[in-house]
Amino acid sequence: MIRVVLPQHLRTLARVGEEVELQVDGPATQRSVLDALEQRYPMLRGTIRGHSTHSRRPFVRFFACEQDLSHEAPDDPLPDAVARGNEPFLVVGAMAGG
Amino acid sequence: MSRVRVLVGTRKGAFVLTADGKRERWDVSGPHFPGWEIYHLKGSPVDPNRLYASQSSGWFGQVMQRSDDGGTTWDAVGNEFAYEGVPGTHMWYDGTQHPWQFARVWHLEPSLTDPDTVYAGVEDAALFRSTDGGRSWQELPGLRCHGSGPKWQPGAGGMCLHTILLDPSDPRRMFIAISAAGAFRTDDGGQSWRPVNRGLQSQGIPNPEAEVGHCVHRITMHPSRPNVLFMQKHWDVMRSDDAGDSWHEVSGNLPTDFGFPIDVHAHEPDTIYVVPITSDSHHFPPEGKLRVYRSRTGGNEWEPLTRGLPQKDCYVNVLRDAMAVDSLDPCGVYFGTTGGQVYGSGDAGASWAPIVRDLPAVLSVEVQVLA
Repeated sequence: MIRVVLPQHLRTLARVGEEVELQVDGPATQRSVLDALEQRYPMLRGTIRGHSTHSRRPFVRFFACEQDLSHEAPDDPLPDAVARGNEPFLVVGAMAGG
Repeated sequence: MSRVRVLVGTRKGAFVLTADGKRERWDVSGPHFPGWEIYHLKGSPVDPNRLYASQSSGWFGQVMQRSDDGGTTWDAVGNEFAYEGVPGTHMWYDGTQHPWQFARVWHLEPSLTDPDTVYAGVEDAALFRSTDGGRSWQELPGLRCHGSGPKWQPGAGGMCLHTILLDPSDPRRMFIAISAAGAFRTDDGGQSWRPVNRGLQSQGIPNPEAEVGHCVHRITMHPSRPNVLFMQKHWDVMRSDDAGDSWHEVSGNLPTDFGFPIDVHAHEPDTIYVVPITSDSHHFPPEGKLRVYRSRTGGNEWEPLTRGLPQKDCYVNVLRDAMAVDSLDPCGVYFGTTGGQVYGSGDAGASWAPIVRDLPAVLSVEVQVLA
């Protein structure tokens, strides 16, 4: 199982707690994890990445294993610790005032 | 006794204010969607418990919400607003062409006859419609593809389609307004559109009388007289007696004719309300006095309404969607400020009282009368 931690606003929107667990078929990548996340929680479509472009929204970041993976290619494999479920994949709202 | 429900969109959430028909004691619920910008929320005239809300965030984009119980509970519905075909370009602030990009929904206008049909005015300016209760949205591309699109340009708040008026006497006729393009009308249900800006004069564009390019802030009509339109433009209060085919100025004795909202009394089609603002760079009332101005003559002759409103040291603004009237008798008038106050008048503007004082900056105010 892949563990995903969502920012507070998206937890509220999806009506979930801090962390969700997802079954991901095939290699664990940003794309496969986000596909699974949006499949299970369709209200999150468009909030993390664009509907048609699937590009990350500018003020959203992806962290895991103390690394910023935001600029990694969407089909690059996520760290083994994320794929094994030992570490979560973090979706983070960028630090910015508002 | 009737009840009144005021729907307030703010920079940091939505609030629902309710009272009985006396409109003296109010309950405040919210914030709904705390932390999100709620540009607009509005109820269906057919089913008042069906509400639609536009929820957006600089981080997480656009979310659409629907309530079927008058705002007690909400469900996220469809939030994909895809322009039809090649989006094309409009004018950017520096005069160059810029691709159309969806940013947010500014205004929601539920159908007068079907609770599942609702129109959405968006930035970058376009008109969308849902016929399935907000689950999916389709653009009415005839507006954006009218041909004048490359001459449209954003105002300071973005290139937004902020006003949608549905003609109650003709389901095929609609009016919309865009900052800064102007007003447009369709007579065929949204397939084709034409600009209706003749008579407008805007000194901030190269040709002050151009067909498009005007920064229209708001349009309103009385449902009994849909050919008569009133407009608050960037500067100038205007009136049309021929469904927008021509406009003439009715600013009259206003202390300034800059402002954002304009609305019509529910029972007196020639009684209109505006909130004069000092200027386009001074977004606060003249002399620090918050005054609603009322004309009972369809414009030109205006009287200040001040009783209960702060008359010194007041430097708030009232945004274009932040005024509404109820259908009770006497007519209730409501408006919200960027300082977070929502004022209400249960006597058509003769006197005012704050319903709530310390909300986040108010973006929109709508009101429903419930049986």
